[in-house]
Amino acid sequence: MEHIPALELKNITKKFGSIVANNNVSLSAEKGEILAILGENGSGKTTLMNMISGIYFPDSGQIFINGKEVVISSPKDAFDNGVGMIHQHFKLVDVLTAAENIVLGLDGRFNLKSAVKEVASIAGKYGFDIDPLKKIYEMSVSEKQTVEIIKVLYRNADILILDEPTAVLTPQETDKLFDVLRRMKDEGKTIIIITHKLHEVLSLSDRVAVLRKGEYICTIKTSEANESVLTEAMVGKKISLNIERAEPKDPVDRLIVQDLLCLNREGTPVLQDVSFTARSGEILGIAGIAGSGQRELLEAIAGLQHISSGEITYIDPKTDKHENLRDKTPVQIRQLGVRLSFVPEDRLGMGLVGNMDIVDNMMLRSYGKGKSVFLKRKEPRDLANEIISSLEVVTPSASTPVRRLSGGNVQKVLVGREIASTPTVLMAAYPVRGLDINSSYMIYNLLNQQKSNGVAVIFVGEDLDVLVELCDRIMIIGSGRIAGIVDGRTSTKEQIGLLMTKNVKTHTEKGTEDVSQ
Amino acid sequence: MTGNNTNKVKDPLLHIIKRGSIVWWKSALIRVVAILIALVVVALITLVITGQNPIEMYKAMIDGAIGNELRIWNLLQDTALLLVVGLALTLSFKMRFWNIGGQGQIIMGAIAATACMKFLPGKVPDFALYLIMIASALIAGAIWALVPGLFKAFLNTNETLFTLMMNYIALNFAAFLTFRWSKNSGNNVIGILNRKTHAGWFPDIGGEGFVGRSFLLNILIVFVMMLIVFVYLKYSKHGYEISVVGESEKTARYIGINVKKVIIRTVIISGAICGLAGLILVSGVHHTLTTDIEGGRGFTAIIVSWMAHFNPLYMALTSFLIVFLEKGAIQVASSPALNLDDNFANIVTGIIILFIIGCEFFINYKIVFRKRKGGAS
Ligand SMILES: Nc1ncnc2c1ncn2[C@@H]1O[C@H](COP(=O)(O)OP(=O)(O)OP(=O)(O)O)[C@@H](O)[C@H]1O
Ligand SMILES: [Mg+2]
Repeated sequence: MEHIPALELKNITKKFGSIVANNNVSLSAEKGEILAILGENGSGKTTLMNMISGIYFPDSGQIFINGKEVVISSPKDAFDNGVGMIHQHFKLVDVLTAAENIVLGLDGRFNLKSAVKEVASIAGKYGFDIDPLKKIYEMSVSEKQTVEIIKVLYRNADILILDEPTAVLTPQETDKLFDVLRRMKDEGKTIIIITHKLHEVLSLSDRVAVLRKGEYICTIKTSEANESVLTEAMVGKKISLNIERAEPKDPVDRLIVQDLLCLNREGTPVLQDVSFTARSGEILGIAGIAGSGQRELLEAIAGLQHISSGEITYIDPKTDKHENLRDKTPVQIRQLGVRLSFVPEDRLGMGLVGNMDIVDNMMLRSYGKGKSVFLKRKEPRDLANEIISSLEVVTPSASTPVRRLSGGNVQKVLVGREIASTPTVLMAAYPVRGLDINSSYMIYNLLNQQKSNGVAVIFVGEDLDVLVELCDRIMIIGSGRIAGIVDGRTSTKEQIGLLMTKNVKTHTEKGTEDVSQ
Repeated sequence: MTGNNTNKVKDPLLHIIKRGSIVWWKSALIRVVAILIALVVVALITLVITGQNPIEMYKAMIDGAIGNELRIWNLLQDTALLLVVGLALTLSFKMRFWNIGGQGQIIMGAIAATACMKFLPGKVPDFALYLIMIASALIAGAIWALVPGLFKAFLNTNETLFTLMMNYIALNFAAFLTFRWSKNSGNNVIGILNRKTHAGWFPDIGGEGFVGRSFLLNILIVFVMMLIVFVYLKYSKHGYEISVVGESEKTARYIGINVKKVIIRTVIISGAICGLAGLILVSGVHHTLTTDIEGGRGFTAIIVSWMAHFNPLYMALTSFLIVFLEKGAIQVASSPALNLDDNFANIVTGIIILFIIGCEFFINYKIVFRKRKGGAS
């Protein structure tokens, strides 16, 4: 019998104006296979998948499913052909329950009760953890993702496409997802997954298809691949994946946080007894399960989160003056002469304005300078052009709205801006989330550069391998408390992982002491 | 698995693709074509439904809008009056503050101006009258916008409903005052104020022979206002803050913009410009207060602002277009040569505006007809 792949793409080309997002891409995926798609930011992965799921329509080329040529010009066509995609940005209705969201948009009448039953049975079959009657707005990111996956399965999809599903998950949630995906594969489904994390590619997939600048490069059997082979295929040249960690140059205390207590709206503590010191010329890593108070901590320092008790003291490097930052607004902090830069987790929702162009985004922090009532766009334009060339931002021009840039390039613009203000304290939350290997290392290098310039760097990360390689000290945070501060040079991944999940309730005040001293 | 490679594929005839961007002349061309098609459609409808000669109808429309010099000046003045309200609303809209209380804010400005014209002459010198009148009209409009603005800033109440309710209060207040201030008490007509002295009237520009003498100042004020708002939004720090707050409050907080301050400041300016519209209506046009002095501009201006994508300069065009159609429709309805009433005239305006708004689709999306290589089928 002639061999027929479950999905086959032939010579797919897609252009956006002058940008060629996909050029003559041909690849195939088998039944009962997990295929990883790998490529740098902007290499056309999402665009290619969007054409299989009916979001975009190819300019030319053919799609075959089970050997039969199909035309997919809407998500409905995709479902009719057994293709379902889980997008990076979920498309769920917040006020409806999981089950309601799952049946939403199906033709004909449906019985919600039997839908709930079927959802439960799908969940049971693949090992999902889900309450069909829970409302979306009460769900965590990972639960929402589960709903999206079940939604696709409910429509009997045989080919599932997942676009960077692990970018927003904790390692534990990722493991759970991978278990589910493996079970689906055993059921004979075809799974296509996009991810930038090479260890995930290596542990999960059967084969890896590599895209580079819109072109299909090759498909590699995972069993014959390793990290350097994959990176080389992706980037087109050998690159070193080493982070150089220099010894801190005469570190002095720059930011002292003492006994911080922050409450959320319900009045329960999100940060409690948090005390630590960030020093100049040092990278302080913050590790912890997502949502353990990392965001609140950075926002409290930046003047965006109300502090119930405790102190945040900034020590001016020139005058040695101690400034109290507690309950100061971002503007007041700046007026004190504190040069604090902050790369927030939510890039387009907080750090940048998606609809504004790169130039106007450059001004966000600096537009208020000077007495004039008018804006000065010359400096921000120069800065934009400088960042575009020095950080290799891929963009048609400096006057392109940042929302049109691919994820990695958005992040380069944000980090570039924050570093350009020559900070003395630089805080970055998950700065490499969604970034390809090359861009990630570029960001690590930038952080290291800042460190050698004497900046106190605070780096919230999720990849423990990177944390132990990059940071001078690592602070572990769990349920809003500090579970320990360890030396990055001597501690291991396992040690940190243990501290992350340690029961913080039994933890005494002593534990918050800086054990690296 | 069938493995049937020769299966025939049904290929859709066309695909709708979202455009990334569009060059200016293409979008202009699409709009012009839309208007032309609208005119043809209207002509056909006129012919089929009413049996009237569409050419005659268009002639009447053009005649109504620009038939003589006086009409041209009227057209320009009404364009200006609509535009100034659109400018006011745009400031709020850019901030995603859906101010639909233009009506109330205009009326309050008009009331303030009327009160000054009625009570101040003789008591204060002329120039003081003008200063007080301008200030009070702007302040009255500003207050009417400020109230919902404060509630929005501090309690995050829905500004759409709130500004709407404020309209009814202003309307009833105006009705009460026209009764209170009426010349012959009880007939609800205030009548032209200061007919002899012209106290508080905007001055004419040009001599007796110049048809536009009483219109020109009103138009010039609005023209200058348009340039100011354009520059304010695009080149001032305030304008930048408005955009940031409108796009994302979280970002605004992150960079330390005082969101409450920006909301309050902007609604004050927005309301004050509506107050200015009220002032022009009283001191520059009608010289009296009536309950319908606002003329629906508070609502029509919403369309003006949206159709122009919140660009003050484009708004001059959209205001002109809408006023042109309105004026034309009135003429169509009253023309003795045509047997058409104002209902039909409104249908005509409606269709044309529908086409103009509808063509936005073709500006945002591209339709591609797919030519297929013979191979697969
Ligand atoms: N709707 C669009 N309009 C214009 N250009 C687009 C559009 N979508 C994608 N692009 C461009 O096409 C190219 C490929 O983008 P795509 O999102 O497919 O990349 P990607 O491989 O998914 O990147 P990432 O890893 O950052 O998600 C990029 O240069 C991007 O800027
Ligand atoms: Mg992508």
